[in-house]
Amino acid sequence: MALRKDVRVDAAPAVAFRHATLADREDLLGRIMLTPALVYVIVLVGLPFALAILLSFSAASAGSLALSWVGVENFATIIRDSQFQRAVLNTVFFTVTSQILVTVMAVAAANVLDAAFAGKRAMRFLILLPWAAPVSLASMAWTWIFDSTFSVINWTLKVFGLLEGWLYWFGDPALAMIAIISVHVWRTFPFATVIVLAGMAAIPQDINEAALIDGASFWRKLFQVNLPLLLPIVTVSVLFGVVFTSTDLSIVWLLTRGGPYNSTHVLSSLAFQRGIMGADLGQGAAIALFLLPVLVIVATVMLRMARRAEVGV
Amino acid sequence: MRGRRLVRAVKRVGLYTAASLFTIFAVFPFYWMFLTSFKQNRDLYVGATNLRHIPWIFNEPPTLEHVQLLFAGTPYLIWLKNTAFIGALVVLITLVIAAPAGYSLARLTGRWGERLGIGIFLTYLVPPTLLFLPFSRVINVLGLPNTPWALVLVYPTFTIPFCTWLMMGFFRSIPRDIEEQAMIDGYSRLAVIGKVVLPLAVSGLLTVTIFAFTLVMQEFVYALTFISSVDKMTVSLGVPVALVRGDVFYWGSLMAACLITSVPIAVVYNLFIDRFIAGLTSGAVKG
Repeated sequence: MALRKDVRVDAAPAVAFRHATLADREDLLGRIMLTPALVYVIVLVGLPFALAILLSFSAASAGSLALSWVGVENFATIIRDSQFQRAVLNTVFFTVTSQILVTVMAVAAANVLDAAFAGKRAMRFLILLPWAAPVSLASMAWTWIFDSTFSVINWTLKVFGLLEGWLYWFGDPALAMIAIISVHVWRTFPFATVIVLAGMAAIPQDINEAALIDGASFWRKLFQVNLPLLLPIVTVSVLFGVVFTSTDLSIVWLLTRGGPYNSTHVLSSLAFQRGIMGADLGQGAAIALFLLPVLVIVATVMLRMARRAEVGV
Repeated sequence: MRGRRLVRAVKRVGLYTAASLFTIFAVFPFYWMFLTSFKQNRDLYVGATNLRHIPWIFNEPPTLEHVQLLFAGTPYLIWLKNTAFIGALVVLITLVIAAPAGYSLARLTGRWGERLGIGIFLTYLVPPTLLFLPFSRVINVLGLPNTPWALVLVYPTFTIPFCTWLMMGFFRSIPRDIEEQAMIDGYSRLAVIGKVVLPLAVSGLLTVTIFAFTLVMQEFVYALTFISSVDKMTVSLGVPVALVRGDVFYWGSLMAACLITSVPIAVVYNLFIDRFIAGLTSGAVKG
């Protein structure tokens, strides 16, 4: 019985005749090799995640270790908080605007990189730099570019006669938001470009040729052939983009610290300000948890796509 | 006929224009780091209202003064050392945990392993924003705040899920026949892993090493949360947070630090990006 099972499961019948030691017990070996990773993920991602939910229902300060249950009080407080309301709107605006810009730019850049021209490899290398450089260091470079006195952007606009007065990039809520979105788009469009490019490489060449032979124009080919075929990969890139953008803390924190007058806070930076700087862990956790629905939706869509790919095999 | 040639020429020009615009947009901040790092202060700190002084070029001979200050007068080297130490430990932990898990998911656990693999990968999507608050509590309880160990403990939470997923892909790409042949020759599964699979997976292990290390170098949020003393900081935290005296930014040295740190990481990362993307999108795109 056991013998026949072994033969059926494994393509190497010789194994079945040997005495099975640990080194050969595939199921057991598999479990042993997987356990450390599972334990790490459960203990250091799963449990803290549960703790985040617990914290949001308690009055916890960074100073003491006590957790006292306060029910939905944290949520009730922040929902009435005008800073929080602003942060929700900012997060949505920041995410949607930058994802639209990133996607348009990525599809355009991928189409450029897909064509044959001299210097293509160099361009690809250079375009990837923003994504590869550490975010905190790149943000510092931009802080300096947007400097209130020495901004090279202001200088250039003035020289070309495009600017009358002066732009205080981090002194004005609208300008500060533009700056934050620009830096984020600069940083993430390379990543989206490479993903879209990988998707384009997977589109069979003969489809394009067939469209050409049928006399399809460039725009028609773009909208009726290429874009629909690119849709799955663009979805993947947008999903990652939404996660990276809606939860991003570094850029907002480094460029504006949520200022001026707390007008550019997103959920993550507000959670940091209240939870770490203000030492109110409970409220910080409650603010951060408002990102959860976004993540659940993204994860669900990803799982569905993965399943579809599996079925398609 | 001439019309078509004209269309082609216009397309060509459009292509090069688009390529140049994208490239300039991507590279401009790095060029700005470079200029700032080597400009003399009197060339650097000229208000942008002075339209006759062109900030885009060196108006005075370049200087090494800022770079010297960075190495001799700031804790930059200490931050590099801290980063290397934390990075090396995180890479080690990641390899020891993620490689076996990846192999197990690729070969030994069958159908439910695939589901579990996707589950592990999804934890990569749980962002620091949701976890830094509970972590700060955990780190406090363990007595680790303001030590490198806090980061050594926490960083594998994002390197392990991602690298397990990557390694799973690498192990899958090794032909099954090779392993089966070795087992027919009398090797046990464990011996096959050690003598046949690992040598074939060297490039995969190398990729994982590079990625885990660059992820550590790029991380900012956890470092900001857990580390408060200047001499314990990593590069990506120390440069933006501590290269300021009072309210005065030393922009020359600061940009030199950004340039010297980012460019090598960016170059190495660039060499491996395709594998990274392949790992990220497998499952969604077949192939």
